[in-house]
Amino acid sequence: MKSLIAQSHSLSDPQTQIDIINNQSDKIKRLDKFENKLKDIGLFPLKPTGIEIFQINVGYMCNMTCKHCHVDAGPDRKEIMTKETLQYCLDALKNSDIQTVDLTGGAPEMNPHFRWFVDEVSQLGKEIIVRSNLTILDTRKFEDLPQFMADHGVEITCSLPFYSKRRTDAQRGEGTYDKSMKVLKILNDIGYGKEETGLKLNLVYNPVGAFLPPSQDSLRKDYKERLWNDHGIVFNDLFTITNLPISRYLNFLVMSGNLEEYMEKLITSFNPSAAMGVMCRNTISVGWDGSLYDCDFNQMLEMKTNHGAPGHIKNWDLEKLNNREIIVNQHCYGCTAGAGSSCGGAVT
Amino acid sequence: MSNTYYKPEDLKKFGNVGEFQKDLADKFFDYYNAVFEDSALSAKEKSLIALAVAHAVQCPYCIDAYTEASLEKGFSEEQMMEAVHVASAIRGGASLVHGVQMMNKVDKLTM
Repeated sequence: MKSLIAQSHSLSDPQTQIDIINNQSDKIKRLDKFENKLKDIGLFPLKPTGIEIFQINVGYMCNMTCKHCHVDAGPDRKEIMTKETLQYCLDALKNSDIQTVDLTGGAPEMNPHFRWFVDEVSQLGKEIIVRSNLTILDTRKFEDLPQFMADHGVEITCSLPFYSKRRTDAQRGEGTYDKSMKVLKILNDIGYGKEETGLKLNLVYNPVGAFLPPSQDSLRKDYKERLWNDHGIVFNDLFTITNLPISRYLNFLVMSGNLEEYMEKLITSFNPSAAMGVMCRNTISVGWDGSLYDCDFNQMLEMKTNHGAPGHIKNWDLEKLNNREIIVNQHCYGCTAGAGSSCGGAVT
Repeated sequence: MSNTYYKPEDLKKFGNVGEFQKDLADKFFDYYNAVFEDSALSAKEKSLIALAVAHAVQCPYCIDAYTEASLEKGFSEEQMMEAVHVASAIRGGASLVHGVQMMNKVDKLTM
């Protein structure tokens, strides 16, 4: 499967996506605007609570082409963060007390400077999270990475959209489940997911379809039971993440005739407590070219930080960024529905 | 066929039954919401029971609603289909067990 951009698909254009989630039909046009929902609860303009997580999208290249991917990542994407831009990130991190560095992609492991960068960040004493698709670690070029990450104390947060093969493969491609189980066992063998080692292995659930995630606590229990009973696999935590209506997931919603219902569901499930805890309030997202965004989703919609905050990592200014106004649109409802959603799972 | 008795969008109008008889509708929906709260059985378990019962009573609205609810409670396709088989087994069994009544009557009427 090719990425939307390689297909020259209309939904590869951020403006088209924004237009669809605001104006696709009369019913969608009538839906409450996210900005107004925030106004109703006194949360507009949305302001940061202080940057704690420095999330870097090191490139859109990936060995997989998942049906729901909000990045539209895939083997045909060539956008990769350069060493120069990674150095700007290191410079920003050296001069701040931000403790967590979250590496995402694409498959972040595919950035040619990945090992160098992890080593450098590790020397700064920061916590490093790598968002892995698991299957990349089942390739010859990257098979030594689990040990490398263990040696650097990297926390691995990996995608596993369900504990069953049927649903996992439906979203991520045939054979993904079996490869994922194989890599999880390798990670367990070197100590990942075991309390006594301190090597954290977290799984990410996201719905394989047009519905909201289950209770995180209840599902964690199911995953623990099923993965242990079926495969002898252990892990630390499970994060439930809601799919936001952009990019390939938006394409699925449009093609399956679920867009109106899904937008309506997100809006009727708006939870003010979740809005208080959205991740953009304590996160900054750095794009592959060094541009700054409020989150990885805004990055994909090319909605850069604004209102006086710097727009590029080389102009890093923590004080200005901590006082910025966060850019919102209708996709933001995905993070405020039900128990809320963030890169760290439910927020309430 | 463009006109059908069952329209998916009508499910969202369920609450409108209160327009003709508010007090009874309010009582029903209060009761309904209380039934599905976490209690001696979890809300999760109740959603799967509801899915099975929806098939037993063959209510298209309930099947749509509790299929989605079951997915959102974290059930797998296999678990959901097994619940439907429970409904089917009880329905089938309910017919077949009446065969005993038929046999009793045959005994009485025949030599």
